Amino acid sequence: MGDHHHGPAKGLSRWLYTTNHKDIGTMYLWFSFAMFLLGGAFAMIIRAELFQPGMQLVEPGFFNQMTTLHGLVMVFGAIMPSFVGLANWLIPMMIGAPDMALPRMNNWSFWILPPAFLMLASTLLMEGGAPAFGWTFYAPLSTTYAPPSVTFFIFAIHILGVSSIMGSINIIATVMNMRAPGMTYMKMPLFVWTWLITAFLLVAVMPVLAGAVTMMLMDIHFGTSFFSAAGGGDPVLFQHIFWFFGHPEVYIIILPAFGVISQIIPAFSRKPLFGYASMVYATAAIAFLSFIVWAHHMYTVGMPVAGELFFMYATMLIAVPTGVKVFNWVTTMWRGAMTFETPMLFSIGFLVLFTIGGFTGLMLSIAPADFQYHDTYFVVAHFHYVMVAGAVFSMTAAIYFWLPKWTGRMYNETMGKVHFWVSFIGFNITFFPQHFVGLAGMPRRIPDYALQFADFNMMSSIGAFIYGASQLLFLYNVIAAIVAGEKVSDEKVWDGAEGLEWTLPSPPPYHTFETPPKIEEQPAH
Amino acid sequence: MRLSQDPTIDTVAKLGAVSVAMFAFVFVVMVPLYNVLCDALGINGKTSSEAYISVSAEIDETRSIKVQFIATNNDDMPWAFSPQVTEMLVHPGAANDTVFFAANPTMNAMVAQAIPSVSPSRAAEYFHKTECFCFEQQPLDGNGEAEMPLQFIVDQDLPADIKTITLSYTLFDVTSQMSDKVTSR
Repeated sequence: MGDHHHGPAKGLSRWLYTTNHKDIGTMYLWFSFAMFLLGGAFAMIIRAELFQPGMQLVEPGFFNQMTTLHGLVMVFGAIMPSFVGLANWLIPMMIGAPDMALPRMNNWSFWILPPAFLMLASTLLMEGGAPAFGWTFYAPLSTTYAPPSVTFFIFAIHILGVSSIMGSINIIATVMNMRAPGMTYMKMPLFVWTWLITAFLLVAVMPVLAGAVTMMLMDIHFGTSFFSAAGGGDPVLFQHIFWFFGHPEVYIIILPAFGVISQIIPAFSRKPLFGYASMVYATAAIAFLSFIVWAHHMYTVGMPVAGELFFMYATMLIAVPTGVKVFNWVTTMWRGAMTFETPMLFSIGFLVLFTIGGFTGLMLSIAPADFQYHDTYFVVAHFHYVMVAGAVFSMTAAIYFWLPKWTGRMYNETMGKVHFWVSFIGFNITFFPQHFVGLAGMPRRIPDYALQFADFNMMSSIGAFIYGASQLLFLYNVIAAIVAGEKVSDEKVWDGAEGLEWTLPSPPPYHTFETPPKIEEQPAH
Repeated sequence: MRLSQDPTIDTVAKLGAVSVAMFAFVFVVMVPLYNVLCDALGINGKTSSEAYISVSAEIDETRSIKVQFIATNNDDMPWAFSPQVTEMLVHPGAANDTVFFAANPTMNAMVAQAIPSVSPSRAAEYFHKTECFCFEQQPLDGNGEAEMPLQFIVDQDLPADIKTITLSYTLFDVTSQMSDKVTSR
């Protein structure tokens, strides 16, 4: 590395060939936002069809393609890459490293993603339509009865799995090897901790997902019978393998969100995070437990009672470390000098709504009760409370929180607050009624429904349109801030913000911490 | 153990090995383990895929177990498929015989595979088949008919609360994939 500081290359090649963690983080964030809008558009089609009972707008087959692609795009295209983008931007700046450990691999991790999703989206135009078997792609729906485009789906999953694994290895290598002198593990900001643990989860379970889709590929094209009963296989095996990946996957989505909230709440409470060490141990405990609870997604497949009980108790156990986290966040705010800027509003929104999602999760964990809830809108409501109000709200909070640092320009605070309140209200109008229709027995993934569910579904649809529209306000606010936002002069931006990234100028120069910073004795979190 | 002097390369090599190992884990551990567990514990109502070697045992005449038979065709399997009797009363320990009928109404030779399932699944490990048409694939010529035998013993150790056992067969058309690759079940 030369002594001279150089800026980014010009034009398109800057983005194609970049190995700069800030550039790659930016690309991840924009890509995930584009996917968020695409997945959101699919959701709008779903809600428009469900606005009234009866078949209104789309064919049932197309409706199933929409539910499938909505789930896949949101999970793998919007939420996961957005947190990887956040990790790229923030982890080197938070631990005092000049860049990620493997900058060229970092470039690859990102650039194989757009082709994967282009391929996935292109299945919509193929004969037989896009995959229509739900984002969980249970065999034999995804093997024997799948449309021909399933092969493209499998390949897309392979690519984004490779991308995730490379990204995770990069994050682990960075955190383990590139911390500034004095930045011990227990001084790392909690966002770095949660991502470190998330990355280990990804390395452990993304290959399992790859294995599952490889088995599907072999069953479809090479005459094996992993999931076909006729040849001695078992479709239930698919569910075990999928959820062995799938349950850690939901923590892969939510742990970085926990990290974000653990950065933002102390900043606007003007107090250090309460119980830092317990937060680290709780995160690790959640990650460990995530490997032994997968069958709570499949209580109704006909497990022995002992199995149901084991998975029920193990699942309930997760409420303990999660409760520790919620308690610590609330206690951090206790007697703090709180202010309620947009990032804080989204964080408190996260806290309230995620806790509701956690409670419905606890309800679902009760095996005998789950037989009633299974595959109903109650489940849909539950996982949207944790995925949208959990992951997406925290991601939104993160963008508002760090955008002034990244760009050196402030977003419009009033518009941000409007965005929060419209999102918060729209979200609850959308998903709260789904608890009721679910308990009353409305199954998920259906384009039509009994008349008794009509009113709540209309409410849901109206809420969804409100929530969807509010995201356009967010997009506008971000672009307006980047183009013409008020310049931020202060390095700290928020007066309660702590951590190495806030010691850098706003915006930070293209290369930062080429000489490692001095870590004060005071912990940085 | 260090795989490289460069700590970054060392970390990458180890994590790369972990991800490869996890991919292999699915194939070489999860799949066989699942099958072994299902066979051993009768999970999912799976019965053993091999003939039971009967051990001489007392016939428990103090109780009778109702055994019900169900025959189902998978998907668009065109065969006629039905049990000779829909239920039998048997004593634990006694050997019992019955047959299932199958008829191929098409003009073409076909091969079928019956897949058993026992309900309640807890009973699966106590339901022993000494002979079963489900152990092998069943070929039938066009318009052919067959009587397919089943011999079974209900174990004396069957839990007392199980009074009824339902044995269900689903018949799959395996003509197109008829080869050695198909395991005989």
